[in-house]
Amino acid sequence: MDNKLTMVEAVNLALDHAMASDPDVVLLGEDIGVNGGVFRATQGLRDKYGLKRVMDTPLAETLIAGISVGMAAQGMKPVAEIQFMGFIFPAMEQLICHAARMRNRTRGRLACPMVLRAPFGGGIHAPEHHSESTEALFAHIPGLRVVIPSSPVRAYGLLRSAISEPDPVIFLEPKRIYRAIKQTIDISSDPLPLDTCFTLKVGQDVTLVSWGASIRETTEAANILENHGIAAEVIDVATIKPLDMETILKSVRKTGRCVVVHEACRSFGVGAEIAAGLMEKAFDELKSPVERVTGFDTTMPYYRMEDHYLPQADDIVRAAIRTLARH
Amino acid sequence: MDSTENNMLPMEQFLDAEGEVLKNLPAWVNNEDILIDYYRTMVIARQGDQKAVALQRTGKMGTYPSCLGQEAISTVCAALLEKDDVLIPYYRDLPGLMRRGIPLSDVMLYWGGDERGSASPAWGQDLPNCVPIATQAGHAAGIATAIKIRHEAGDPLGVALCALGDGATSKGDFGEALNLAGAWQLPVVYIINNNQWAISVPRKIQSGAPTLAQKGVAAGLPSFQVDGNDVIALHDVISAAIERARQGKGATVIEAISYRLCDHTTADDASRYRGSEELKDAWKKEPIKRLRNFLHHRGLWDERKEQALKEEADRLIDAAVQTYLNTPLPKIEDLFDYHYANMPAQLAHQKQEALAREQIRQEKLNASGGHHNG
Repeated sequence: MDNKLTMVEAVNLALDHAMASDPDVVLLGEDIGVNGGVFRATQGLRDKYGLKRVMDTPLAETLIAGISVGMAAQGMKPVAEIQFMGFIFPAMEQLICHAARMRNRTRGRLACPMVLRAPFGGGIHAPEHHSESTEALFAHIPGLRVVIPSSPVRAYGLLRSAISEPDPVIFLEPKRIYRAIKQTIDISSDPLPLDTCFTLKVGQDVTLVSWGASIRETTEAANILENHGIAAEVIDVATIKPLDMETILKSVRKTGRCVVVHEACRSFGVGAEIAAGLMEKAFDELKSPVERVTGFDTTMPYYRMEDHYLPQADDIVRAAIRTLARH
Repeated sequence: MDSTENNMLPMEQFLDAEGEVLKNLPAWVNNEDILIDYYRTMVIARQGDQKAVALQRTGKMGTYPSCLGQEAISTVCAALLEKDDVLIPYYRDLPGLMRRGIPLSDVMLYWGGDERGSASPAWGQDLPNCVPIATQAGHAAGIATAIKIRHEAGDPLGVALCALGDGATSKGDFGEALNLAGAWQLPVVYIINNNQWAISVPRKIQSGAPTLAQKGVAAGLPSFQVDGNDVIALHDVISAAIERARQGKGATVIEAISYRLCDHTTADDASRYRGSEELKDAWKKEPIKRLRNFLHHRGLWDERKEQALKEEADRLIDAAVQTYLNTPLPKIEDLFDYHYANMPAQLAHQKQEALAREQIRQEKLNASGGHHNG
C-alpha cells in the first residue's frame, strides 16, 4: 500500500485512528456520512464505525456546535465538521459562550473536549463565502485552542493531539493544500505537540513566520532568498492560540528581523499579536520593524481576483529584503 | 390566559385556581407523599427565592431572577427525573435545583458572583444555569445524543430534560434542537415555562403561533400544553414525556402555562410595562395556594403543618445564607486554573503577573491600614 498521503487523506487517517483507539470519539457534521464529507475527509468512516459514531446532522451549524457541547459535557469526544469556515459563524455563540467557558464556569466539574474542524482559506476558486481566513476571531477567545496544519504529516499529528486534548480545539484545515503534496505518515512516531511552533528551516538572517497554506509561499520565498545568499529561518506557528512566542522570540533574537505572513486581513490579525510580543520581549534585539505580509483589510474577493489578494512568494521576499535594508 | 385562546392543542388541567377538582384524578394522586413532597419543595423554594431577592435588595447578592409563581413547573420536572438523568436548567429553576439536591447555598453563591456555585459534586452531570437564552436546547439534544450512543440494549435509557422560557422559543437554537430531537428520536423533554413575559415583551408579541407547544408539532414531536400552576397536571404530562423518552420513543415538547409574578430580575421594574390588574388576576391562579387548598380539602394539610414547614424552611434558608455569606473569596489562581486542563505558557505568565499585582495591592492596602473584605 502506498502510504504517502495528501493532507485530506491524513485528516481521514487521523480520524480513523482516533475512533479506533477511543470509543468516545464520534464524528458529526453535514454530508460527512455516506458522502464522506464534501472534501472526502470522512470517507469510509461511516461504513467502518457505523451510523452511531458518524452522524449526518441536519443543516444547522448552531446545532452542530450546540450538540457537540452537550456531548462533550457528558465526556464524549465529538469531532464536528463545519463544511466551510464561511458557515461557522452561527456556531460562534456556542463556542464563545459555552465550549470555551464550560470548564471555568463549573470549576472543572464539566469540560468540553470537542474538536470543530473546518476547511478554510482561499485559493481554490470557490463560491462566495467559501474562502475567508478568520482564525483571529477564535484566537481572541479565552478557553479555545486554534490549530492549523501546514502539511499532511502535521495534519495527522496535530489532529490526533487535538482530539486527545481535554479542551475545545478549533482545527482549521487549509483547503488550498488539501491535495497539494503527499507525505509519508509515520503513525508509530509520537503525536505532534500542540501549543508549539515548528521550525521548518534554520537561518541566521531573517525570521519568516507563517502557518497553514501560506507556509508554501513562505518556504518558496526562503528558497528564493537563499539563492541570493540570504538565510531565512522559517517558523510554522501551527497552534495559533495559545501562541508559542518562545520559539519565535528565540529565532528573532538570533536574526533581529521578522516577517509575518498570513492570508487573513491585516488589522487585528494574528500578525499583530506576534509583532506586539516581539516588541514586548525582543525590542532591543530587533534590527528593523516587524513586517506583515497579509491579505488586505477588504472583503475576501470573489475568485477572479483572489490571487491578487493572497500573499505571494515575491511579496514575502520584498518584505524580507526591506527588513534587511536596515542596519 | 391569552395564549390558550384559539388553541390548537388541548391544555391538561385537573385543579382550578381554587384547588377544586375539575375531572377524574389519576390514580397516583392517592399516593399522598408525592403531592406533599411537591408542596414542601415549592414552599421552601419560594421562601428561598424571596430570601435571595432580599439579599440582593440589601446589597448582599447580585442581580437575581426570581421564580415567584412558577415553582410548580421546576419542582415537578426535577422530582420526576432519576438521579442519573440530566437536568438542563434555565435561570428560573431554583425549585428544581433544590429538588435535585443542589444546596441552596450553591445557588446563592452563583448569583453572588462566584463560579463555585456551579461546581459542587451535588450538581452531578447537570448543566449549570444557562444565561444566553435557548442555547441550552442544543446542549440538551447533545446530551440526549450521548445517552443514546452509549445506551446498551435492554437497559432503560437516560433522559435529558431541558427547561426554557417563552422568549427562548423565538430563537433559532430552539427550532434547530427540536428539529434534531425529532429526526434522531432523542430521549429528551423540552419544557417551556410560559410565564407570559420575556422581560417586557408579552407572549402575544413573542409569536403569532396560537400555542408555543405547536412549535414541536412541526418537528414531528408529541407536543402538549399544561396548566403550569397545577402540579397534578404537570406530573401527568411530564411523567408521560419522561417515560416515553426512557422507552426510546423520542422527545416531547411541553408548554407549561404559568405567570411571572415577579419582575424579570431584581434589576427590572415590571410596573413600567405591565398592568396591575393583570398581576392581581394572575396571583389568583398561583400554584402554591392551589395545592394547599387541595391538600386541605383532602385532610392532608393543616395550619400546624404549614407553620412547621415554614419554620423548617427558615432554618434551612438561614443555614444556606450563612454558608453563602461565609464563603471566602476565590483565590487569584482560580481565575486562571480552570480555563485549560493543560495551562498554556502565556496564561501561566499572566497568572504570575496577577499574583504579583495582587501582592502590591495588598501591601498598599495594609500600609493604608485597610483590609481586603471582598
